[in-house]
Amino acid sequence: MADQVIEVSRVSKHFGEIRAVDDVSLAVERGELFGLIGHNGAGKSTLFKMMLGLLPLSSGEIRINGRSVQGRDFREVRRGVGYLPENVVLYDNLTGLETLHFFAGLKGVALSDCRPVLDKVGLKHAAGRRVRGYSKGMRQRLGFAQALLGKPSLLFLDEPTTGLDPEGIREFYRILHELRAQGVTAILTSHILAEIQERVDRLAVMRSGQIQALGTVQALREEMDLPLHLVIRPKEGELAGLLEGLAAHGLAGAEVVNCQVVLACPREEKVSLLHLASAFAPKIADFHIREPSLEDVFLGHGAAGKEK
Amino acid sequence: MVGNISFNQIRLIAAKEFWDRIRNRWVLAVTLVFAVFALLIAYFGAAQQGAVGFRGIEVTIASLVSLVIYLVPLIALILGYDAVVGERERGSLDLLLSMPVTRLEVLLGKFFGLSAALSLSTLAGFGSAGVVLAYQLNLEALFHYFGFVLSAVLMGMAFLSMAVMVSVLASDRARASGAAIALWFFYVLVFDLLLLGGLVVSGGGVSGDVFSYLLLLNPADIFRILNIFSMEEVKTLYGLATVFPEALANPWLLGMLMVFWIVAPLGVALWKFE
Repeated sequence: MADQVIEVSRVSKHFGEIRAVDDVSLAVERGELFGLIGHNGAGKSTLFKMMLGLLPLSSGEIRINGRSVQGRDFREVRRGVGYLPENVVLYDNLTGLETLHFFAGLKGVALSDCRPVLDKVGLKHAAGRRVRGYSKGMRQRLGFAQALLGKPSLLFLDEPTTGLDPEGIREFYRILHELRAQGVTAILTSHILAEIQERVDRLAVMRSGQIQALGTVQALREEMDLPLHLVIRPKEGELAGLLEGLAAHGLAGAEVVNCQVVLACPREEKVSLLHLASAFAPKIADFHIREPSLEDVFLGHGAAGKEK
Repeated sequence: MVGNISFNQIRLIAAKEFWDRIRNRWVLAVTLVFAVFALLIAYFGAAQQGAVGFRGIEVTIASLVSLVIYLVPLIALILGYDAVVGERERGSLDLLLSMPVTRLEVLLGKFFGLSAALSLSTLAGFGSAGVVLAYQLNLEALFHYFGFVLSAVLMGMAFLSMAVMVSVLASDRARASGAAIALWFFYVLVFDLLLLGGLVVSGGGVSGDVFSYLLLLNPADIFRILNIFSMEEVKTLYGLATVFPEALANPWLLGMLMVFWIVAPLGVALWKFE
């Protein structure tokens, strides 16, 4: 399909006996923010490196913008791709601007494009300073700037917000969403699952080299059939009474976390549970329903994997 | 661009490596070391014979050859062992390889950039010493001195090429540095002893010529032969070199062999890197 920017078809990578990536297929569409999550050693980075053409495949095929990453026109393919590696390491002896000049040269991008990109990631003030003196967050920003050189249509971002402060993370996603609006596709990994779940369109969960689940966050939640949680904050001094009342209605499994009562409930019983809670209205100061987080989805799939 | 090789990409990577060594004062430091040693040897090299002062170009070059044979391979190996494995270990290699470059371009860029730094140090270090000595030298002596510096540059590149090969083959920096030191011990300290030992043990059973040809397996020995065979007076100072067959004492042939020593390890490095 023309609108598939990344096509991974039955790709495997074996290191001797170890199947780092095992028969993986996935497709990422143009303009999509795609998340790839999994434990360390799940095969994310190996898959990333194969998509970038840094590692040869044991079998299968990967096409980027309809072309092979290792074919004769790989230069053209790579010019349209930006890559931010995990824990990006740059050259300490170069200044921020010189770093971008170096990569711009290799990508065939005009040197005059470097300053605006540096401004965009908030490093205007540090352009002339050597990378040696940069903080971790600044290095990460510079790494991101490098990935943005040449206005690539596809971004590979491996743990892109590592080392950024909360403001930096917000700013990073603001830029990413701005780029998506311009039709840029991005595939990213993150350990901070709560951060990624609200911000990607679709995601794939990897485990032991295989894709365990693939879809939108909502679809995964429903597919996993994970319980919702009703979180109730009782009025002052009413905690014991509330717990007793709930137990009397057969809800003995309530947990108390930070003086709040947390009840797990299957998705289809959500409404009846609300009815029940309303019976205790005089004892309740506030309540809300918590959807399962991506972490629950992730761990749920992880547990399923372990049982296999 | 020729075939699928982009010279621009090689130039960019080479320039970065070169300016890195200029900026961290590596080139300056090595230049000073070479210049100081060259001058010290020129003036005090004959002190053991009870004399100081410049004793003529041939004796000076003979002394310098002994120094350069230790120093240049060591510096070249130290310069190059980290080139690839260091970037791999620090984590910057993947980013570099994700650019529109081939592995050949990365390797050649690094090699040429480091070669330029080492060659500049060698030329500037021994060149500045040459300038100081120049007023005592005639044209022929200058020619010899220039030949000496040029061959030192080539030997440096040969050992740098080996270092880059080690850097590609080694799985980590510690092993790479160990291998680099081992190469230095082997080629600079052990190789000649092994040949001499072999010559003595064979008791003349094997022709001396065979051992002469075996010298060509060592770029440091090629460098020595190149500089010694060009000068009659010096030839008599060396025992082993005098048994060297005249047929192989052609500077062009030796120069070509040196180039082989530059190309071959680099070829192995490229083959493994790809």
